[in-house]
Amino acid sequence: MSGPDVLFLAVGLVTAGAGLLAVTSRQVLHAALWLVVALGGLAGCYLVLGAELVALVQLLVYVGAVVVLVLFALMLTRTGGVPVVTSVAQRGASALVGAGTTILLGGSLLATLGGDPVPIAGPSSTDVATGIFGTYVWPFELLSALLLLALVAAVAVARAPVGGKDRAAHRPDEPPAAAEHGETP
Amino acid sequence: MPSDLPLLLEVVLKAVVVMAAFLTLPLALGQLEHKVMGHMQGRLGPMEAGPHGILQLVADGIKFVQKEDVTPAAADRPVFRLAPGVALVPYLVALAAIPFSAAWVGADVPASLLFVLAATSVGVIGTLMAGWGSGNKYSLIGGMRAGAQLVSYELPLVLSAASVALAAGTLSLTGIVQAWSWWWLLWQAPAAVVFLAASVAELQRTPFDAPIADAEIVFGPLTEYTGLRFAFFLLAEYAGMVVMALLFAVLFLGGWRGPWGDVGAVGALWTLLKATLVGVLFLWLRVAWPRVREDQLQRFAWLVLLPLALLQLAVTAVGVVVLS
Repeated sequence: MSGPDVLFLAVGLVTAGAGLLAVTSRQVLHAALWLVVALGGLAGCYLVLGAELVALVQLLVYVGAVVVLVLFALMLTRTGGVPVVTSVAQRGASALVGAGTTILLGGSLLATLGGDPVPIAGPSSTDVATGIFGTYVWPFELLSALLLLALVAAVAVARAPVGGKDRAAHRPDEPPAAAEHGETP
Repeated sequence: MPSDLPLLLEVVLKAVVVMAAFLTLPLALGQLEHKVMGHMQGRLGPMEAGPHGILQLVADGIKFVQKEDVTPAAADRPVFRLAPGVALVPYLVALAAIPFSAAWVGADVPASLLFVLAATSVGVIGTLMAGWGSGNKYSLIGGMRAGAQLVSYELPLVLSAASVALAAGTLSLTGIVQAWSWWWLLWQAPAAVVFLAASVAELQRTPFDAPIADAEIVFGPLTEYTGLRFAFFLLAEYAGMVVMALLFAVLFLGGWRGPWGDVGAVGALWTLLKATLVGVLFLWLRVAWPRVREDQLQRFAWLVLLPLALLQLAVTAVGVVVLS
């Protein structure tokens, strides 16, 4: 085994172990922290495979932003410290789904690549940029439009009142002006 | 640095030098803060330890070492104890990739700008772990404030840095300095302002120190920490200032560029001088401004900094197309 092989094996084991702990952890907050380790490990895997840009973006976006949002939500809802209780049937079913996905993904990867070793030639940042903004520019723009749509929709859902009617007086940033006119909700 | 050394020796030497810089530069900045703040407020600052008080931080360090390391009974033990390390180490990793001059760089990775930003973005996890792990409601509120603040300010920070990378046509910090010329001071000025404001917010320093507001939530995530672990958090804050000041100097002020060229250590001295000026600016902001409220802070990020950063990005893109 060469140096990169050993490194990849080590990082991969850390990632897999952290992933397993994230799933089996009884406290949701600990699970989120193990997720940090798993995502960081995944970034390490990308790095060993030569995809430097993907690794750094993985770290910046997932560890630096997505997991921070997850942790923030857990703190906000105070569910972080509550132990998760699941039945044996539930655990069995989730293990089955996990194993099924692994077999499906691994099988299709092995079927397409045939198990032959491929030399590590990670794309440079320039290659990735040409890919995204040249060859795949339309799917990329469509995806960003989709995300924007989801964002706007989320804001709309979050701002609508429970009853379904959107009255100006119920909007969080406007009640003082409405209250001055003696309007009672 | 001579390049004919054996690789292993070179790596070890560079690691030692980076570690030494990591341990001394934050202390120097801390000492500067004592004195600059003191004189700006019409007082002397610490004067007792050593000549003119220059050993004050050493005395503080000795005090921290002697204090008992307490873990509260309600704390989430492993999370609480690990948090200072998680807050501190990312800045050490980031410092290794920041060039002091074309040759003086710990690890010259190709996409070093992204590397530094990615590494520093991990530090927030430490603050969140501290906020959660302390088992204290003030810490929890502080942790939540920190999480909300850092996610909001991450975006303008990255966008303003992206503007410079776009102008230079590279993600490498050494490449950015090589492409830099003096009129970028004007061209990239809005990005520089956004980056400065966002980095102060990322470091959770006044005026953006709502997460650790001592008068409201008694130091937020740091409430329960004592002794060395508290000192590590302080070190993380000052190391973060050093990293951000160096990054600002390299991105917006041309790093080691200056009269007399990059001869020997002159370039590195230019970088240090510019970074020191930026550091003094950080200190000045702390003395000059009151703390902004939580909602003002979010408004400022999303309604002022973000549009400004996007506008700058558009201006930079137009400039790059016109110039090429």
